[in-house]
Amino acid sequence: MRSAKSLSAVGLLAAAAVVLTGCTAPEVEKPAAKDVELRMTVWTSNEDHLALFDSIADEYMADHPEVISVTFDPLPFEDYTTTLTTQVGGGQAPDLAWILENAAPDFVASGALAPIQQTLEGTEGYDFSDLNESATALWKSDDQLVAYPFSTSPFVVFANDDLLAAAGQPSAAELLADGKWNWEDISEVGSAVNAATGKAGFVIRDFDYTTWDNLASIWMGWGAAPWSADGAKCTFNSDDMADAFEFIHDAAFEQKSMPGPGTTADFFAGEAAFTVTQISRASLLAEGGFGWDLLPLPEGPVGEYSMVGQAGIGVLAQGEHSDVAADFLAYFTNPENSQKLAQYFPPARNSQLNAETLAAANPVLSADQIADVVVPGISTGVVRPSHTNSAEIGQQVRSALDAMWVADADIPAVLDSVCDAVEPLLGN
Amino acid sequence: MITSPDRASARSGGTPRTRRRGLSYQRWDELTGYLFVAPQVLGITAFVLVPLGLIVYFSLHEWNVLAGTFTFVGADNFERLFTDQKLAPVLQATAVFSTGLVVLNISLALLLAIMLNRRSRAMVVYRTIFFSPVVVSLVAWTIVWGFLLQDNGGINALLATIGIDGPNWLREGPTAMAAVIVVQVFKNVGLNMILFLAALQGVPRELEEAARIDGAGARVLFTRITVPLISPTILLTFIITIVGSLQVFAQVAVLTQGGPGTSTTVLVYYLFQQAFLFGRFGYGSVLAIVLFLIVLVLTVVQWQLRKKWVFYEN
Repeated sequence: MRSAKSLSAVGLLAAAAVVLTGCTAPEVEKPAAKDVELRMTVWTSNEDHLALFDSIADEYMADHPEVISVTFDPLPFEDYTTTLTTQVGGGQAPDLAWILENAAPDFVASGALAPIQQTLEGTEGYDFSDLNESATALWKSDDQLVAYPFSTSPFVVFANDDLLAAAGQPSAAELLADGKWNWEDISEVGSAVNAATGKAGFVIRDFDYTTWDNLASIWMGWGAAPWSADGAKCTFNSDDMADAFEFIHDAAFEQKSMPGPGTTADFFAGEAAFTVTQISRASLLAEGGFGWDLLPLPEGPVGEYSMVGQAGIGVLAQGEHSDVAADFLAYFTNPENSQKLAQYFPPARNSQLNAETLAAANPVLSADQIADVVVPGISTGVVRPSHTNSAEIGQQVRSALDAMWVADADIPAVLDSVCDAVEPLLGN
Repeated sequence: MITSPDRASARSGGTPRTRRRGLSYQRWDELTGYLFVAPQVLGITAFVLVPLGLIVYFSLHEWNVLAGTFTFVGADNFERLFTDQKLAPVLQATAVFSTGLVVLNISLALLLAIMLNRRSRAMVVYRTIFFSPVVVSLVAWTIVWGFLLQDNGGINALLATIGIDGPNWLREGPTAMAAVIVVQVFKNVGLNMILFLAALQGVPRELEEAARIDGAGARVLFTRITVPLISPTILLTFIITIVGSLQVFAQVAVLTQGGPGTSTTVLVYYLFQQAFLFGRFGYGSVLAIVLFLIVLVLTVVQWQLRKKWVFYEN
């Protein structure tokens, strides 16, 4: 018994030591300005992207000896926001971070991001007024910019003309010329491709029957939206949305023009006739792989429309060196570096949103494709839906929509259940 | 073994003689003992007791990670347990998963162990085959099964060769849960099989021979001789399998993300969602406490029930 007591005493002492050490440790002084080490979390691990970032950082450090390193820290895309918030919660906040548009409202509204507008405006040669007004709308708090929209990437359609020809179907350009570039005809052609070749008709990339917000690239064509403009009321059960989901359900379960749940098809591996994705995915097109074309989103019942995905770079308010980080961000996104970044990330600068700049930066795309698809897509695109508390809303919608992905789904009832699930969250 | 006079006198209760310099032999023995257990005590303190204390502390607070605020909310997070409409289905899914896993795992492991409890080179090969999934990376194993269980995956392709139109395993509630259970059973059944095999090889041959001479058939031999003799191992495997089943996470995260609906959202996955996806660390801590209490109660109940059916513990 004495041993047990002694062991307990040792345990308690050790616990107390651990706790007290944590509580009474002297506060570490911030390193002197000359020793600044910056870290930016990103979700790309593409070596070309990272090499470009490193080269910009090297140029910055050459002029700013107080910064001894800039580290670009790639985190997996699937868990990016979760990993980032966990780092912040664990006291390991990066100095700068890429932020997805669906997480933007949470980061902007919570005060997690430090204001950067004053720094950007005060940086010589930055030309702050050149930033596109609609591109910056999502990233403002109290009318002050808190993150820089470094990538405004339109959703487009890539078409596999070789597969269309193999299925005896017209090419994408022919469909467009014949006035058949709309969802109904795309689904019909996709269905014929599936019947003739066993390959998929059209694929909404990264949807996989879980990332439901990617379906916005379809339902916007029906004039539908998941919630009202002020974000307070669920509109999943609107007539427009029901019609859009009728189309999607029919494509998946009747026409078989879209792969059903649990079926995978990668357009860039030649497994589908069409895919809807962001223009930045053009880098996945293999040289000499297959004949392809690039077109805008097909028309829906409301006519032409376009959608953009956005990503911002913010300075974390909880980071150790927010002032230096904001200064580095101003350099990283100045006109010269924005032009360099444009080869991978469509810029938010009006002066660079033209066919010449984008064509020079995107060797994979033709000048016509950029002029006809990319530029109009960026300038007229509506940002993919987002809302505060996006993770929980996203989970509730995904969970409720699962009932949609069976052959005999009651579509209006499922959409009502989606609204029942998210309405309490939208009000908050 | 040579016993020093000092140690002998200490053990017999005599006055310990002090070494000329430093500690007495008794004190030296005690210190050595403490030094041996110190790493374990420190480890448990730092990685079990302190986190347990912190979980209780966090459960009384609301922590907004992004805003950097940490507010005392008293019992609010505990009250939420009673208004959380998702909790009942989550606990039900957890119970279904644990029951299915324990029954399938223990039955299959025992069956395999009995079949492989023979002296032959082929048996060694089979044991290796059945045990090998245990040492495979859990995530890699689950990802491969995720591909096999796709609607157009390997399992349904195999079923199609014999004219069966397989279900969409991971997209329909009942089959999704069954798939997660079976994937986990195949992953870990080898471990329980080895434990049972070791126990079976410890059953004295003479007892079995004596029972046979007395006219016992295979069934009686198994239920009256084998099972009682390996009952301590059965208890052990029950405890570790139940505790393991309540901690399942990676399989759910990789295969179903808790869906379809919430049909495979087990308690640990729900805890992860609340704390790390939705940023409710306070309520996530409350769920961790609930999980801890469930594991504790089940383990204590099994430990007490052992008196009824576990024999030859020593």
